[in-house]
Amino acid sequence: MSKLHTKRTFLYTLKASLVITEKNARIYYLKAPVIIFGILFPVFFFLAFALGKKVVPFILVPGLVAMTLFFTSSSVGPLITPWERNAKTYERLLASPVSLSSILLGDMLAGVIFGVIISSIPLTIGILFFNAKFFHPLFLAGNIVLSSLCFSSLGVLLASPAAEAPSQVMMLSSLVRFPLIFISGIFIPLDKLPFWGKVIAFISPLTYTVDAMKYSLYDLKSYPAFINILALLFFSFVFFSIALKMHRKNLIKAL
Amino acid sequence: MSESSVIQVSNLKKVYGKTVAVDNVSFEVKKGEIFGFLGPNGAGKTTTIRMLTGVILPDEGEAKILGIDIKEDPISVKKIMGVVPEVCNVYVDLSSWDNMILTGKIYGVKRKEREEKAEELLKKFGLWERKDEKTRKFSKGMKQRLILAMSLIHEPKILFLDEPTSGLDVQSTRMIRKIIEELRLKGKTIFLTTHNIEEANLLCDRIAIINKGKIVAIDSPEKLKSTFKRMQSVEVAFDRIPEDIRWLHSIPYVNECKKLGDKFRVYTKDPDSLIKELVNFAEKNNLKFISLNTLGPSLEDVFVALTEKVEAKYHE
Repeated sequence: MSKLHTKRTFLYTLKASLVITEKNARIYYLKAPVIIFGILFPVFFFLAFALGKKVVPFILVPGLVAMTLFFTSSSVGPLITPWERNAKTYERLLASPVSLSSILLGDMLAGVIFGVIISSIPLTIGILFFNAKFFHPLFLAGNIVLSSLCFSSLGVLLASPAAEAPSQVMMLSSLVRFPLIFISGIFIPLDKLPFWGKVIAFISPLTYTVDAMKYSLYDLKSYPAFINILALLFFSFVFFSIALKMHRKNLIKAL
Repeated sequence: MSESSVIQVSNLKKVYGKTVAVDNVSFEVKKGEIFGFLGPNGAGKTTTIRMLTGVILPDEGEAKILGIDIKEDPISVKKIMGVVPEVCNVYVDLSSWDNMILTGKIYGVKRKEREEKAEELLKKFGLWERKDEKTRKFSKGMKQRLILAMSLIHEPKILFLDEPTSGLDVQSTRMIRKIIEELRLKGKTIFLTTHNIEEANLLCDRIAIINKGKIVAIDSPEKLKSTFKRMQSVEVAFDRIPEDIRWLHSIPYVNECKKLGDKFRVYTKDPDSLIKELVNFAEKNNLKFISLNTLGPSLEDVFVALTEKVEAKYHE
């Protein structure tokens, strides 16, 4: 195949991914599981933690923004593939001129956009009412995009089991996502965690989002800033690569 | 392989665990042909169509669409084909118009062109009046018509239809068949899998019969029927039913005889001799003919004979 043909095919599949992102946004953003598990659940969860206690803003705001990013970005991906399988639209999509990687890229981008839009709400609240400042605005923007990329890749990975009903995948995704918020420095700062807690926090991508958020908004940090970025890039790559492999493996079972 | 072939399949194989779903299947489909793919449930039809449309990869063998290998360049191949999978649906949260436009976008059809084509197709398929309604409210027949319309938005050269009329009402079935005929007249090549043997008989130029993953016959419907001469029959009705029908079995070349209501169906290799014997018999017994028809084997007879033959071999 010529280079020109390869370039054309690449551009074509990229365009197709954007079309799939648009389709996902129109169909799935307002589905009940996305609203419940992506927005309402984390909000009430956080309120239960913060109300009636004296929580300092530099814990509250980065934690809330990071948790919103985490839940919103990772809530769209687990829904799309099981929903499409269940609604019997998946095979037609696979038969269209789009590769599986383009489909998953489109699913991931839908999660990224959703996460970025929704997380701007707690971020604005933090800046207006909780003394958060744009200490490192570019870093903040990079952190938001990279974190949502990482979490939406996780969402796409969670959608890979060939489950028959979307509710089964949503349950699995809650099982994976909820424990992470307790060990990532949202409710308990990293330096107050026991040694084993610090070790587990090290392998949670959410830890790096929270830390980068503290650095961006309050100029505080536990890890060097570039470590946070590298870790988020690493987790994004790993999640998406495994997701692609798993979706490919389970494709026949899912049809 | 012939140059006029738009689909060239050689030694295609797919194995799921220990089950060989498709076993060294080879065939060609010529330009402008409606090629029927018949087989009982689990014969390998859908697996074959999934390999040809790039949904799954074959384990062995080669499939070329207009000379392009599906494994090497699936995106280019998928762009020139329209697909209606067996198990599929429209996006029920979108209107029929939005479903059409979305499909057009995925296939890279330019904006003006996809809007014009969407309007033309929705009108043709009788869905224009409800173009802005969410398809959740549509009947199965309407959804199937929409899926077929969506598969045509990019003007595909080849169409893969997997059970397109299965479970539909008569009106939708007729509309879809009529459109398939029109597409043939436009020179489109159509690969059609169906359970409905009569549908295949009416629509297809050639038919492949697949059973247990293997192709057991490929030919035109009429040639397939003519190869089963022993299944020719004569259907006869007299003004009164003869008391003793044992004589029927004594006539040479009679393979089988059935009484169907007030008439008899006699299977034979030689209808001419049989008719002469029947005339003699009628004269001798003072019987009048009410009707006398010679019948060729139906495609269903051929299908059953071929698939049962493989079944018997399989169990030997």
